[in-house]
Amino acid sequence: MCLPTSLHRFPARAFLVAAFFIAAISNFEIAYAQDRKLTVGVILPLSGAFADQGKHYEDGIKVFQKIHGNKVGNVVVETVVRDDQGPGSGDLARRLTQELIQRNKAQIILGYSFTPNAMASATLLTEAKTPAVIVNAATSIITEKSPYFSRVSFTLPQIASSLGTWAAKSSVKTAYTIVSDYAPGLDAETWFTKTFEAGGGKIVGSVRTPVAAMEYSPFLQRAIEAKPDAIFAFNPGGDVAVAFMKATKERGVTKSGIKLLVTGDVVDDNLLPAMGDSVEDVISALHYQVELDNPANAKFLKGFREMFGANAVPSYRVVQGYDGMALIYQALEKTGGKTDADSIMAAIKGAKLDSPRGPIQIDPQTRDIIENIYIRRGVQKDGKWVNAAFETIEAVKDPAK
Amino acid sequence: MAGLLTVVADGVAYGMLLFLFSIGLSVTLGLMRFINLAHGAFAMCGGYAAVMLMNAAGVPFLLTLPAAFVITGVIGVISEKAVIKHLYRMPELQQVLFSIGMAFAASALAVIIFGPQQQPVLLPDWLTGRVDLLGLEITGYRIFLVVCGLIAAVLLIALFNYTLFGAKVRASVDNRRTSEGMGINVERLFSITFGLGAALAGLGGALAVGFLGLDPTFPFKYLVIVLMVVAIGGPGSIAGSFGAAIFLGVADALFKYLVPEIGSFVIYGLLVLMMIFFPRGFAGRTA
Repeated sequence: MCLPTSLHRFPARAFLVAAFFIAAISNFEIAYAQDRKLTVGVILPLSGAFADQGKHYEDGIKVFQKIHGNKVGNVVVETVVRDDQGPGSGDLARRLTQELIQRNKAQIILGYSFTPNAMASATLLTEAKTPAVIVNAATSIITEKSPYFSRVSFTLPQIASSLGTWAAKSSVKTAYTIVSDYAPGLDAETWFTKTFEAGGGKIVGSVRTPVAAMEYSPFLQRAIEAKPDAIFAFNPGGDVAVAFMKATKERGVTKSGIKLLVTGDVVDDNLLPAMGDSVEDVISALHYQVELDNPANAKFLKGFREMFGANAVPSYRVVQGYDGMALIYQALEKTGGKTDADSIMAAIKGAKLDSPRGPIQIDPQTRDIIENIYIRRGVQKDGKWVNAAFETIEAVKDPAK
Repeated sequence: MAGLLTVVADGVAYGMLLFLFSIGLSVTLGLMRFINLAHGAFAMCGGYAAVMLMNAAGVPFLLTLPAAFVITGVIGVISEKAVIKHLYRMPELQQVLFSIGMAFAASALAVIIFGPQQQPVLLPDWLTGRVDLLGLEITGYRIFLVVCGLIAAVLLIALFNYTLFGAKVRASVDNRRTSEGMGINVERLFSITFGLGAALAGLGGALAVGFLGLDPTFPFKYLVIVLMVVAIGGPGSIAGSFGAAIFLGVADALFKYLVPEIGSFVIYGLLVLMMIFFPRGFAGRTA
């Protein structure tokens, strides 16, 4: 009795279900054609002693997406952020890279604040054919370890050699070097010495200090007694940099007529409030300072201050995170939405960007960054201490390659 | 020669800083026999109290010091009452694990509350200026540290060696049951002593930030040097800690100045020798 009804009803129901399915599938297909997703795997130190650094890059990524939206053409760019905890964890960085590629289907990696972490992930990136944009790690050789690496930060030789060349040109005859005793410190010492001596300067003494040294007085006293025209210094930044700068003021280095030259990361813009007047007349070289006057920087600062308050001062690291994203966006534009590794790498090689730090280019041969290095001096402006650029060395390549 | 004297003077001041930084631990570890690896966390607490008062509330530097002392002391007493008093009778390993865990928790808490960045600590001009003292050029802050260190040393030695309070503390640590039997309220006494240790850590932290900076990793960065001071000085002896701190400060500065290539490692070598030949330190009290 009920058979006819059910027979009668069945096609209707089947039709409904089928219609629903077709609608769903076509909807899905339409959605697929309109919006595709690209996952950028982000690996940064977000806990532990270097959490501060990691936060800067992350802020940069956020500021970029706030200003430029999260879509390039029809590709929605999503980030998945992972914490690699700092420089002592190359193994963790490698594992996170693998997880991001396999589980989260990340097609591009952005990150690596520290050299060991980038180095540990290199072979994996080559094997998985996944492009990776290095947000900071500054040892020269990294980009040679995988053809999928590119770098938006800087290399220490770039900065130290620029400073050495400048010093030799600027009536500095003799210099004393004080660097932290680890790989980047030795890089800084080597390249400053190389270009300074090539320009006719003479190194009258050098000392390598423990990475976490906080009491710099004895080292400085010895340096002052050597009576050099200038002291060149590099250290890992953060509290060590603050302690170093305060010690130089205590010893009256610049007051006694000795020029103090440091790599610009030591006098990072966002550390200046903690250093106070100890940065007076300190000469540094770096690829970015807040003071830069260009449209891209104005746009960046506006976005940054909307997110973090009108008085927030971005570190150069924020700009590196910002530019990392900018590079990925530009690559996607160039490929017309193609997200395979070869297209992306082809787009990244030779890419030119209007960065807040000025024009930058990814060297098509080495995939390393070519950028302006600014020679700055610590001065007081509107009651605040700033690094004011007084000389620009344009389009500096990594001299170590 | 002037250079050498300047370096020695700087070393003495650095030693005073180490002393101020470690007396709190000398009290809790040495007198109370509680292995307090969270000492740095209390110092950090004092540091943040001073920095926040100075930067956010505009309190003058000198007034932030007693404030840091009191605030950290109160937090110390509260944590003693809440958790630490249960640990006195536990084996040393438990104390170590508990207190280092507490330090990690405090560090994470500081990240949440204050953020991971360096706190700006700018001292008043009269402290950062350079002073000519008997031909030696030294900054006001270093002189200030030396004065603070001397005052603290004298007061504490007097307190623990020549007052009834000090006698009670020493008695209670050596034999808790007998002391209780004689009518000493040991529980309250320990709360106060622990609070005092924490307060001293807070004061040391507040004084140190002008020199060492302040961020959430503070509890760990100086743990080693502080433990060295207490170990070399001999746990439980304020005078021993004082001597050890000055010794380490001067030795460190001198070797860094004279032989910079190896100077930074010398004090650790000294520690090893000390532990081999004088395991109780300069002035260790026997149990």
